[in-house]
Amino acid sequence: MISNASKMATDSPRSPSLWVPKTVVIRKITPEVENVATYHLAFTDADAAASYRFKPGQFNMLYMPGVGESAISISGDPESPELLDHTIRVAGNVTRGLTQLKPGDTLGLRGPFGSSWPMGQCVGRDVLLVTGGIGLPPLRPAIYQLLKRRQDFGNLHLLYGARSPDVLLHQNEFDDWKRSGLTIQKTVDRSVFGWKGNVGVVTLLLERLHSFDPSNTVLFCCGPEVMMRFVARTAFDRGLTAEQIWVSTERNMQCAVGLCGHCQLGPQFICKDGPVFRYDQIAPLLTVEGL
Amino acid sequence: MTLKEENHSEENLPATPHHEVFVAIDGFALLFDVLKSSGFQIVGPTIDQDAIVYDQIDSVDDLPKGWTDVQKPGLYRLNQRNDDKLFGYNVGPHSWKKYLFPPNVALSIGKKNEDGWEFQEAPDDPPKLAFLGVRACELAAIRIQDRVFVGGDYVDSTYQKRRQRILIIAVNCTQAAETCFCTSMDTGPRCTDGFDLALTELDDGFLVEASTPEGKAIVDQLITLEVTRKQQQSAELARQNAVDQIKKRMDTTEIRDLLMSNLEHARWDEVASRCLSCTNCTMVCPTCFCSSVEEVSDLAGENVERRRQWDSCFNLEFSYMNGGVVRDSTRSRYRQWMTHKLATWIDQFGTSGCVGCGRCISWCPVGIDLTEEVAAIRKDAP
Ligand SMILES: Cc1cc2nc3c(=O)[nH]c(=O)nc-3n(C[C@H](O)[C@H](O)[C@H](O)COP(=O)(O)OP(=O)(O)OC[C@H]3O[C@@H](n4cnc5c(N)ncnc54)[C@H](O)[C@@H]3O)c2cc1C
Ligand code: SF4
Ligand code: SF4
Repeated sequence: MISNASKMATDSPRSPSLWVPKTVVIRKITPEVENVATYHLAFTDADAAASYRFKPGQFNMLYMPGVGESAISISGDPESPELLDHTIRVAGNVTRGLTQLKPGDTLGLRGPFGSSWPMGQCVGRDVLLVTGGIGLPPLRPAIYQLLKRRQDFGNLHLLYGARSPDVLLHQNEFDDWKRSGLTIQKTVDRSVFGWKGNVGVVTLLLERLHSFDPSNTVLFCCGPEVMMRFVARTAFDRGLTAEQIWVSTERNMQCAVGLCGHCQLGPQFICKDGPVFRYDQIAPLLTVEGL
Repeated sequence: MTLKEENHSEENLPATPHHEVFVAIDGFALLFDVLKSSGFQIVGPTIDQDAIVYDQIDSVDDLPKGWTDVQKPGLYRLNQRNDDKLFGYNVGPHSWKKYLFPPNVALSIGKKNEDGWEFQEAPDDPPKLAFLGVRACELAAIRIQDRVFVGGDYVDSTYQKRRQRILIIAVNCTQAAETCFCTSMDTGPRCTDGFDLALTELDDGFLVEASTPEGKAIVDQLITLEVTRKQQQSAELARQNAVDQIKKRMDTTEIRDLLMSNLEHARWDEVASRCLSCTNCTMVCPTCFCSSVEEVSDLAGENVERRRQWDSCFNLEFSYMNGGVVRDSTRSRYRQWMTHKLATWIDQFGTSGCVGCGRCISWCPVGIDLTEEVAAIRKDAP
């Protein structure tokens, strides 16, 4: 027997639609690297602006009317939500459409959605941020929070990989971040003339990393699924357990609130149960092909 | 007279949860008038293109009087009955979800003016609907979709608005199709909960049971008689007949763990060799809720509507991401459908996603039967 658990909800006063976006205006567009730009967005409605808060790792659905909607992580500082940064790589219709826009143009925005990086877990521990390419922007809000309360945490490491040096993101901020107490190591798949840094996959950096205490470390990872699996495997070799690792996952999403069915991965709705999961909760699902 | 009748002597009669009255067949037409004068549009079973579907109906004459359905894996056929029963069949290709979760609905509207885009909710004023002829498994399906659409943190307002405006008149099944397995899913065939009125059809009329004030208000306007002991017994026999006719079984013991620990079972390949990925099973299923959103804009692109349409996990593009698809084989798509329905649905909503209505079995062009798929996997379980 299925009890009438939702009787209350069917009887309760009508809920507002989850589908109506708020209008945001593009205040500024910062070109980052080829095919990637950061859009700085602000609500046109004062009430919407005043009530909007987000946590590191959460995302918005950005809506370009007539083209479609895309899930984009918020890449800015959670303590300054007046300007919402979204760092976007051109991947298809919506993301290409956005490149046609200029400051002053408007968009729709729904959000914030999803789970966040567990910042509380970082207190008193070493923190490893391991990422590649467009995976850095979703971690940037966490970096801002860690650096703002630097004394609360142990050693902070960013291990960042990219195809080639010219597509490493947010380079202009790296010096600031280093000064504030973040150790940064970069690696590229393909070296170019003048590159003096590491060459190879990001897991190599993790293999060689010292100055962290595996028993008292948390690791956040954002990147393609294969990369996250290799990072986790390397982390295990370095003495971490799955309970110390968090990853950010992605799937096709239409509604972002667990109602359209697209983003399911086994029992999880990536949009509302994720995108950030503790690795032990998601690893068995990530290894089944085509789940 | 028969053994059965003895078994159902008065003291053994299951307590009827609500007070029942008798409405003679001649008085049944009045129900339509009462519903209309109470502001309801009536939707219910009617024949269209060789199937019993749900559509707007105006009078008793629109009901499939004297018809029944024959169902088997991959088969659905109408046959003439040798009586004039109005509800002498089971479920067809339609389900009530099309009224609560419309196949195509406008969600939001964007208008471009000199200040840029402005967004609002799409106008939506669904009529008050009376669902006439809802079966026990369908009541269960509505309860399941209630959980999906309004039972969680995020409430779907299009569903909620429609749900708040319906009156449910259930009908107890008095026969079962070969494809029915509600008894395995604990959802039927008796209507026990979640309706305003429930009918049991007898030869000369209906036993009518009201379980809500709204239902009672309708019954109060009908011409009713006290139920005789004989009528009560005939109703009980008729309802028992449905139970007795159900032969299909699905063993749901630990089914979540059974399926989730067999994600690489060879049976997925085997079923994939038969499945056409046609999406029929998901379209007819009364609980499937997947959808996609599309843009509909005017020529100038300054008035844009977002519309939601039913989608299916059997569609290739359903899992499209980063220029590829996650579920790129029929094996992975059938596995997604069945494990979601029978296993992960339990994690997500605290209930199975299957009510045992058998629609997916009848309407599968190649006759794939999920109860057999479960049995095949269970056979190999330790
Ligand atoms: C939680 C989350 C956070 C993300 N954060 C960022 C970010 O910060 N920066 C960034 O550049 N990209 C991010 N993405 C990926 C981004 O959503 C896709 O690149 C984008 O939707 C592609 O849309 P498109 O219309 O340009 O491409 P098309 O190929 O035309 O895609 C059509 C539609 O398919 C769906 N789709 C396609 N790819 C994806 C995908 N990878 N994930 C989800 N839906 C997809 C979308 O509904 C999209 O509108 C994120 C994805 C998720 C799920
Ligand atoms: S899965 Fe099949 S039997 Fe179960 S509710 Fe859906 S259509 Fe009915
Ligand atoms: S199981 Fe049958 S109805 Fe479902 S997609 Fe496959 S062929 Fe179509």
